[in-house]
Amino acid sequence: MKFFSKFGQYLLMLKGMFTRPENPKMYWKEFMHQCVEIGIGSLPIVVIISLFLGAVTTVQTAYQLVSPLVPASTIGQIVRDSMILELSPTVVSIVLAGVVGSKIASELGNMRISEQIDALEIMGINTKTYLVLPKILAALLMIPGLIVLSAFLGIWGGRTAANLSNIVASDIFDVGLRSNFSAFNVYFALTKAYTFSFIISSVPAYYGYFVTGGSLEIGRSSTTSVIVSCILILIADYALAALLI
Amino acid sequence: MIEIKNLKKSFGNKTILHDVNVVMETGKCNLIIGSSGSGKTVLLKCIVGLFTPDSGVVSYDGQVMTDLSVEEKKLLRQQIGMLFQGSALFDSMTVEQNIKFPLDMFTTLGHRDKMKKIDEVLQRVNMVGVNKKFPAEISGGMKKRVGIARSIVLNPKYLFCDEPNSGLDPQTSLVIDKLIQDITVEYNITTVVVTHDMNSVMEIGEHIFYMYQGRKQWEGSNKDIIHSKDEKLNEFIFASDFLQDAKQMRMIEAEQHNKE
Repeated sequence: MKFFSKFGQYLLMLKGMFTRPENPKMYWKEFMHQCVEIGIGSLPIVVIISLFLGAVTTVQTAYQLVSPLVPASTIGQIVRDSMILELSPTVVSIVLAGVVGSKIASELGNMRISEQIDALEIMGINTKTYLVLPKILAALLMIPGLIVLSAFLGIWGGRTAANLSNIVASDIFDVGLRSNFSAFNVYFALTKAYTFSFIISSVPAYYGYFVTGGSLEIGRSSTTSVIVSCILILIADYALAALLI
Repeated sequence: MIEIKNLKKSFGNKTILHDVNVVMETGKCNLIIGSSGSGKTVLLKCIVGLFTPDSGVVSYDGQVMTDLSVEEKKLLRQQIGMLFQGSALFDSMTVEQNIKFPLDMFTTLGHRDKMKKIDEVLQRVNMVGVNKKFPAEISGGMKKRVGIARSIVLNPKYLFCDEPNSGLDPQTSLVIDKLIQDITVEYNITTVVVTHDMNSVMEIGEHIFYMYQGRKQWEGSNKDIIHSKDEKLNEFIFASDFLQDAKQMRMIEAEQHNKE
C-alpha cells in the first residue's frame, strides 16, 4: 500500500510540474543554472571514469583474447560496442545517480526543511514547476550529452591504453573501431541515456521535495534516492535490452 | 480583513483545529498566541493556504480562498508577505538577490527601479550595506529583518509572521516587534503574528486570539489580557514563577484597594 501511495505522489508531482510559468525568463534562468550544475558539474568525474573504463576494457579484452585465430583489431570493436551499448550509458548513469541524484535530493530536502519551498509557495510560485521541472529538463539535455562524450572518451582511452601497453597498435585498433558498426547501437544507447536521465533527476527530486523531519532525514532521503535510482536504472537497463535488442 | 469561519483541520485521526472562527482586522497586529501544540501554526498555514482545511472558510477581503481558481490564488498570494520562523531566505542568493527575487518574478520593473526598491526596503528595516552578504554571513536578527524586507518588497496587503522572535535575544525581539508594528501602520496591512512570546503580546498585541487545544479560547487586546478571568489563558500568561509573583502582587494590591 505504501508503495502505491508513494508512486501516486510521485506521479502527482510530475503532473503538477506542467503549469504556466509566472515569468518564463526566470524559469529559463533556473533551467540554464541547472544545465551548468548537472552538465558542467559532472564533467570531471565523467571524463575520468570514461577514460579508465575504456582503458580497463581494452586491457581485459586483450587478456581474454588469447586465440591466434581472432584478429587483434577485434579488441577495438569490443571496446567500441561495450562503451556504446553498456558501459557509457549504464555505468556513467549509475555514477551520475550518486553525483547528481544526491545533490538534487539534498538541495530540495534542505529547501523543504528550511521552509524555502513554503516561502516560494506563499509568493504564488508553483514550486514543482520552478524547482523540479528545470532539473528534469536539464538532466534530459545534459546527461545524454555526457554519455555520448563518455563513449568517445572511453574509446579514446581504450585506444591510448592499447598503444601505451603495446597491446595493439593504434592503426589496427582503428580497423576494429570501423568494422561492423551498427547505428542501432547508438540509437539504443541514446534511448537508455534519456530513460536513465529521467530516473536520475525525477526520483531524487521526489525524495527531496517530500522530505519531512530534520537534517538527518535529508541525508536519509538522499541515500534512499540514490539507491532507488540505481535499482531503477538496472531494471530499466534490462527491460530496454529485452525490448529493443 | 481576513475572516475565518468554522475552520477544521485534522491529521489522520488527530483533530488539530476545531471550528475556529476569527476575524483579523486591517491595519492592526493580530496575534495568535498559545502554548506549543495548541494549533496556532497549523491555523496560520491554513490561512495562507499551505495546508488545505478539512472544512470551513478563509476569506481575504471577501475573496474565499478555497473558491479561487489556481490563477486567482496565485494573484492573491502575490499580495501576501510572510516571515518564517527560520527566515527561509534562499541560501544560494545574497541578501539583495533574495529581495530582488519577487521583483524579478512578478514585476516588469527595470534594473534601476528594482535596485531603488531594494535599497528602500533595506533602509526601512535598518539593514543598509549588507546587500552582497549571504544569509549564512548574517545574524539571526538580521535574517529576520531581511525576511521582513523580502515580505514587504511587493507592497503586500497581508503580512504573516510565524514566531518572529524565536531564537532572538529580548532586545532584538523588541526591534523586530516594533518593526512589524510600524510596517503594519505605515502600509495599512493586515498583519497576523503567531507567537508565544509574552513581550510581543504586550508590545504589539492590538488584537489577540488565544488558542487552546485547537480552539479559540479567548479574544481581546493587550490591554484586556492582563485582567482576563479565563483560567486557561491565565495559566499560559502567568506560566513563569516571576509572573506568578507578579500576579499575586496584583491580587494583593487589588485586595488592599478593596479594603480601602
